[in-house]
Amino acid sequence: MDTGAGVEARLPIRSDMDLVWVRQHVRQAAAKLGFGLVEQTKLVTAASELARNALVHGGGGVMEASHVTAEGTDGLRLSFSDSGPGIADLDRALSDGYTSGGGLGMGLGGARRLVHDFAVESTPGSGTTVRVTSWVARPPRPREDL
Amino acid sequence: MSEGFSRPVAGHVPVLRLGDVLLVTLQGDLHDSTAFQLQQDLSETIARSRVTGVVIDISGVEIVDSFLGRVLAEIAAQTELLAARTVVAGMRPAVAITLVELGLTLPGLRTALTTEAALELLAQPIVPGRAGGVREESP
Repeated sequence: MDTGAGVEARLPIRSDMDLVWVRQHVRQAAAKLGFGLVEQTKLVTAASELARNALVHGGGGVMEASHVTAEGTDGLRLSFSDSGPGIADLDRALSDGYTSGGGLGMGLGGARRLVHDFAVESTPGSGTTVRVTSWVARPPRPREDL
Repeated sequence: MSEGFSRPVAGHVPVLRLGDVLLVTLQGDLHDSTAFQLQQDLSETIARSRVTGVVIDISGVEIVDSFLGRVLAEIAAQTELLAARTVVAGMRPAVAITLVELGLTLPGLRTALTTEAALELLAQPIVPGRAGGVREESP
């Protein structure tokens, strides 16, 4: 099955206009891979948060979307990279209420709760990459904080 | 601008006036700048037209992220300072689920399931606390 078409993409994140394209692409890709409506909404919202982070804190960047499979399950992987100042204290950046950009501070930690797999790599001074993956029809990630 | 509502220009959300209430219908994917513009337009229109309520219909909105959530909460707060009330109507269930997981419960925001219910809510006398739950009225 070729689901790569319409899923694989590399989109720039340079303006709030680009955020609209990112959301549209993620919605279409998620629908194509067979995500349900709630999962689609969560993925698009997470993508919007992460793309905005790359724009506001990283001075712009790029989103790469790809179709992944594991144990016969389809997944959507989204990678957001910027070459901004990086995140000095990752644990703090992931906690709710932490903000350095005048927002609500829900971006990173909130986005993590909306996807199945979440990884951040950040080097102070050279940039941040956030990689998230969600799988079609898999139960949500367990909540370690409850 | 001298008329009671703003024109539907690109980047603008039309604001309609229905008696004492302003009705805003958000559709599809909003640019950040459009949301900011709406926030500004609304407070100016409220101050000018002395309406007592604002209904924002978001039934056509597929996602509300923390940015749009914050704009809605700020609109509600500034409306309150201008002696009017805001009700957000028609949030999709998937949006509500996502907002809660995101950690954004927007406690200051009044909500209603439909625009009609929102208008009814605005017609009721002001009760303290979060609306939505209808209180017993004294006879």
